[in-house]
Amino acid sequence: MHFTVVFSGLSGVCDRLRQARVRTPAAGSFSNVVKLKMAAVLQFPASVSTFNNYNDLYPDWTQTEVSTGTSIMAVEFEGGVVIGADSRTTTGAYIANRVTDKLTPIHERIFCCRSGSAADTQAIADAVTYQLGFHSIELDEAPLVQTAASLFRDMCYRYREELMAGIIVAGWDPRRGGQVYTVPVGGMMTRQPVSVGGSGSSYIYGYVDSNYRAGMSKEECLKFTAEALTLAMERDGSSGGVVRLAVISEQGVERQVILGNQLPKFSTV
Amino acid sequence: MASVSVCQYHSGGFSFENCKRNALLEADINKLGFSSPAARKTGTTICGVVYKDGVVLGADTRATEGMVVADKNCSKIHYISPNIYCCGAGTAADTEMTTQIISSNLELHSLSTGRLPRVTTANRMLKQMLFRYQGYIGAALVLGGVDCNGPHLYSIYPHGSTDKLPYVTMGSGSLAAMAVFEDRYRPNMEEEEAKRLVRDAIAAGIFNDLGSGSNIDLCVITKGNVDYLRPHDMANKKGVRTGSYRYKHGTTGVLTKAVTPLNLEVVEESVQTMDTS
Repeated sequence: MHFTVVFSGLSGVCDRLRQARVRTPAAGSFSNVVKLKMAAVLQFPASVSTFNNYNDLYPDWTQTEVSTGTSIMAVEFEGGVVIGADSRTTTGAYIANRVTDKLTPIHERIFCCRSGSAADTQAIADAVTYQLGFHSIELDEAPLVQTAASLFRDMCYRYREELMAGIIVAGWDPRRGGQVYTVPVGGMMTRQPVSVGGSGSSYIYGYVDSNYRAGMSKEECLKFTAEALTLAMERDGSSGGVVRLAVISEQGVERQVILGNQLPKFSTV
Repeated sequence: MASVSVCQYHSGGFSFENCKRNALLEADINKLGFSSPAARKTGTTICGVVYKDGVVLGADTRATEGMVVADKNCSKIHYISPNIYCCGAGTAADTEMTTQIISSNLELHSLSTGRLPRVTTANRMLKQMLFRYQGYIGAALVLGGVDCNGPHLYSIYPHGSTDKLPYVTMGSGSLAAMAVFEDRYRPNMEEEEAKRLVRDAIAAGIFNDLGSGSNIDLCVITKGNVDYLRPHDMANKKGVRTGSYRYKHGTTGVLTKAVTPLNLEVVEESVQTMDTS
C-alpha cells in the first residue's frame, strides 16, 4: 500500500485539513476517497504491489511500478542554476537501472529533475517538451522557466489522482536569470532558491537548511549539491549509483558525472 | 477543492473502474476455493547487449500457464521492422499483439517518411501505448535494432517507462541473466564474444529460474543484416529413455479369443504429425 501524505498550507490550493490518501493498486479515479492534506511534502518510494494471483514464481516486477526512488536537488546562483540527481531506478527491491539520467532536458536551457513513478514522469516530461517546443516556436524566442513550470503544474494538478510525480523544474532564461521551481506530488508550484525532492530528500533537509547561503558561486553550488546528494544516497535505500550534475547558464549546459568512488567522503559514511 | 462524489463524471480517457471490480471478484472466487483461469505467461529470460557492430538479442523458449509448461518452444523475439526486433516478457498475448500493432504502425510510418525506421521511434510508440493502458497490458519488452544513428537497445516496462542502456535483461530470470552481464560485459565486444555472453546469460536464466527453460534463441542485428538464430542452442534436449516398458509377445497368456469384424469403408485418409518434441 502506498501512502501519500502531503502537507500544504501554501499557494492557495487548499487550507482545509483532509484525510491521508490511500493509493490502491488499480489506477482508477479516487474521487470516492476523502483526502486529508497537511503541511510539508514527503516523497515515499513508490512500490505499489498489486494483487499477485500468480504464484511467487515470478517476481512482482510485472505488477510493481517502476519508481525513481530518488534524491534530486536544484540550487539557484548568480547567473544560472545547478541541478543534481542520483541514478537509481527501482522495481520493488530490484534496481532496474543503476545509471539512470533523471535530469531531463525540456528545452535548450530548461531541465527537469524527475522523482516518483518512472513511467508517469517520463510521459509528463515528453508531453511538456512537446508543448514547450511548440510554444517557443510560436513565440520565436526562448521560453521562460516559469512557463515550463506552469505546464508541469497544469498537468500534475489536473491528473493528480492518476499520477505520482514530484518534479523540480530549473533553468535559465534571459528575463529572470536562473530559477528553480518545485512541482511536488499534488500539483503545487512554487519558486524556491534551493529545492530538494525524492525519497532521499527527507534525510538532507537539515543539511541543506544549515549549509545554504544566498550568493554562492557556481563552484560552491556544485560542491554543496554533490555533498547533499551523497549524504542522501548514503541514507536512503532507494537512492544510489552515481551523482549526475548539470550547470545551466547563459552560456549553455555543462553536465558532469561523479562516479561512486569519487563521491565526497564524510566521517560516518 | 476536489469534489468528493462517487458518481463523478469521468471526462475523457480510459476508465479502469472495472479492473478494481474484477480484482475484488477474483479475490472472492479464490476465497471459495476456485481459481480463475491463469493467463499464459512467458515466465522468461530475455536480454540484449550492444556490441561493436550492432545488437544481440536473446530469449529462452518456455511459455507457462500457471505451473504447467504450455509451449516448450515458443518464439519470444518478435519482428518489428527489418532492422528492429523486440523480445517480450510478461503475458504472452500482450507481448504478441503489442509488437504486432507497433510493427504495423511502424511500417506505415516508414512508408510515409520514405526512410528506414529508427529504434527510438519504435520505443516512443511502445511506451506511449503502454502508458495509455496504465500497466494493464502486461508487456515487458527488450527492444533492439540498428538504424542510421547506430545500434540502440531499450528496455520497456509495462507501465510505460523506458531505459536506454548498453545491456538489459527482463523477465523472471532477469536477475540471473543480469548477474552474468554485470560480470562479463565490456563495451565494443566482438560478435562471437557478444553471442557467447548473451547465450550464457539466457542459460543462467534457464537453469536457475523455474519460469524459463528449453532452448536459447538469438537474434544478431547489424547494419544491413539480421541473423535470426532459432534455436541457437538446444540447452534442454529431451533425453533417451534407458529402459523400456514393452513386454515380449506371449508374456500374458491368452485364454479365449473372440473376433468381430467391422465392415467399414475407408473414404479418406490424412496424416497429421503431432509435435512431440
